[in-house]
Amino acid sequence: MLTKVHTGLDPVRGVWWKPAHKAEKVWVAIAFAWCLVLFAMMPLWHWKGGQNPSGVRTRVDPKAFYARTAEFVKQYKVGDDRGLPIVQPPAGADVYLTAMTFQWYPILQLVRGQRYRLHISALDYNHGFSLYPLNVNFQIVPGYDYALEVTPTATGDFRIICNEFCGIGHHTMVGRVIVVDDAGNRITDNRNAQLPTGGAR
Amino acid sequence: MSTTAAVSDFRTCPATGRQINRHAEWLIRVNAVVAVVALLIGATAALLLVLTRWQAVHLLPAEWYYRILGVHGMNMLIFFIIFFEMAVLWFACTVLLNSRPAAPRLGWASFYLMVVGALIVEGMQWSGRADVLFTSYPPLKAHPAFYLGVILFAVGALTMVGQFFATLVIAKRERTYEGSMPLVVYGAMTAAVIAVITLLHGALIYIPTFLWSIGLIPSVDPEIYRLFWWALGHSSQQINVAAMVSVWYLLGALTVGAVVLNEKVSRSAFVLYILFISLASAHHLLVDPGFSPAWKIVNTSYFMYLAVLASMIHGFTVPAGMELGMRLRGFTDGMFGWLRRAPWGDPGFSATVLSIVVFGFVGGITGVTIGTEQINIIVHNTLRVPGHFHATVVSGTAMAFMGATYYLLPIIFRRKVALWALARWQPYLFALGMLLLSMGMTFAGSFGVPRRHWDISFSQAPFGVEFSPAVDLVLAVMGIGGIMAVTGAYLFIIIAVKSVFFGEPVGEIPRGVAVAGIPQGITHPPVHKPNVDELNEKLHAPGRGIAAVTPGTLALVSIFLVSFMVYYFTNWKLLSLLWRVG
Repeated sequence: MLTKVHTGLDPVRGVWWKPAHKAEKVWVAIAFAWCLVLFAMMPLWHWKGGQNPSGVRTRVDPKAFYARTAEFVKQYKVGDDRGLPIVQPPAGADVYLTAMTFQWYPILQLVRGQRYRLHISALDYNHGFSLYPLNVNFQIVPGYDYALEVTPTATGDFRIICNEFCGIGHHTMVGRVIVVDDAGNRITDNRNAQLPTGGAR
Repeated sequence: MSTTAAVSDFRTCPATGRQINRHAEWLIRVNAVVAVVALLIGATAALLLVLTRWQAVHLLPAEWYYRILGVHGMNMLIFFIIFFEMAVLWFACTVLLNSRPAAPRLGWASFYLMVVGALIVEGMQWSGRADVLFTSYPPLKAHPAFYLGVILFAVGALTMVGQFFATLVIAKRERTYEGSMPLVVYGAMTAAVIAVITLLHGALIYIPTFLWSIGLIPSVDPEIYRLFWWALGHSSQQINVAAMVSVWYLLGALTVGAVVLNEKVSRSAFVLYILFISLASAHHLLVDPGFSPAWKIVNTSYFMYLAVLASMIHGFTVPAGMELGMRLRGFTDGMFGWLRRAPWGDPGFSATVLSIVVFGFVGGITGVTIGTEQINIIVHNTLRVPGHFHATVVSGTAMAFMGATYYLLPIIFRRKVALWALARWQPYLFALGMLLLSMGMTFAGSFGVPRRHWDISFSQAPFGVEFSPAVDLVLAVMGIGGIMAVTGAYLFIIIAVKSVFFGEPVGEIPRGVAVAGIPQGITHPPVHKPNVDELNEKLHAPGRGIAAVTPGTLALVSIFLVSFMVYYFTNWKLLSLLWRVG
């Protein structure tokens, strides 16, 4: 019963390095070409696309970062909500956001179409920055400053959900970002936040 | 035949004709049994979790939700799967090679070490001294014994893998088989190599973390921890992939007489796993502040997606091998006659096919897509992530292992499969449940629903968050799917336990007679036509074109590729709608 045709259970006699059939060759070639497309899309999006997790990434002492956040709050505070300061920085400013158990500090008020450099870090544990309802997610790690160039393209009343487990009160950790238009108006219904353009340049 | 079996350490396997060593048999048995115990704990945890995440039910209190989430992760992703993999490794290096195991006593020692490690971890988790979830990211700190338990388990597993390699050497030296080792053993060997890489990364990170927990070193950098931990956490899933693909080849051969189209292609694909798969730690760090875009791109793509290429190759060669095997047995009608006439009532076969389909279409496509650097922005830590890996590690690996169990029961435990009528349905129930669960999670995640989150009604949060009403619907789909899948898992456990401990012994297996409790591949072993080589050469004749050998598989992989492209580019489109960020 020794046939050349064999299953994966049979030991293979002789040399098994033999040419493959056309169908396999073609499939491997197509699959490899597709893999190259998958690979090329990432650098391409850095070049042409509008959403990249690059940022400026530096190590930072968590306490120093929190102190910098507090200073930023003092400088640009415009109001309060539920004990948290609302801060409206000028366009192009460096914006600071500290994640800690179990809050996002402070509340940010940004203007649609303006560019900001948003520094995010954590005071204590890992946290997850998840901007709702846009579903923009970043990992926030204590000791690391993640400075992202951000341009809000929609007005609205947004939430920051913590989506990295940070302790027993993790599910209560919700922050707030308000985006207003040039006239200072905002749409309060965050379920219908407008998503006008954005996207690839 | 083996009339001297009473005094020998070997007996002849009724299904494969291989020589089965008595020590090896016991090592396979104990590892498989403990795997099923871990599965029972993990599945019970799964039920509690899914009934909590289904916000309309919201069963557990917060503290217990997070605790059980850690228990679920450890039992499923580590204990169940690795104990079962140990059984697969022992099966591959002894039974399939007619060999004795290297140092059976050391095999038992490794097994006990793994059990002790697992028990310590369970104790710490259930008593609330390790509420750090599965990933235990510092600065979250667990009781030192938790880390110690993990280390003991890993050392046990590592020494076991060492014995696997030693057994390969023994088999070669004692000439228990002729030629090169079978493809299934080769695949198991890749899984073992990846296991070594993975477990060493585990040691590299758990040892300093243990030292930190007892106060010997001041801190563990949280980002470095994430890098190394995921070289354990993700790469260990690649042990599963390699082991699962080996089981596909194994069950394909046993159930339908699947042939190996080309050893070079299949073995090269396994080598690609070894070379590139350990880069996948990056999948979890794509939106982390610690790494540059260039690093992320190279690593998340396994350096140009060469490990994805490997899976796409197996995704072709496994079904194509089945198709050709069926055709060489005479099932030659039309493009899909081989599929229509396959043994769908054999749970070993149905489990294999369901594993391939759900792993490929759901797990594979979502995995590559969400592991893309920029697309990860709309995915990271949402329910889309567990949606993906339940389709790979559960619907893929666990499903394949369940299918393998239906053959291990008569071959290794020498017991008929109990509750046979139910066993024939079990793969369908489990796969459908997992499919619904995965889809429910994936869609909920697309709306931004976070993973690892107790209360998405945010009732205790300072600011309200209202999800789209569609989220209620998809979470209900997730909940119903989860209940079905857990039912399927319980059914599997009941069948396995009843067969092993109270099952009817298998005596002589009459060929050609259907017996309830013995899969068709054993009672009716798939046999190719006597002139198989001639038929095969005719199909492969140079003039006959690309679709001569496996037309059905070519059609199926084309559908796969188109689905892949549609899903992938849809996600880029969704991403492009967001705020500008960079």
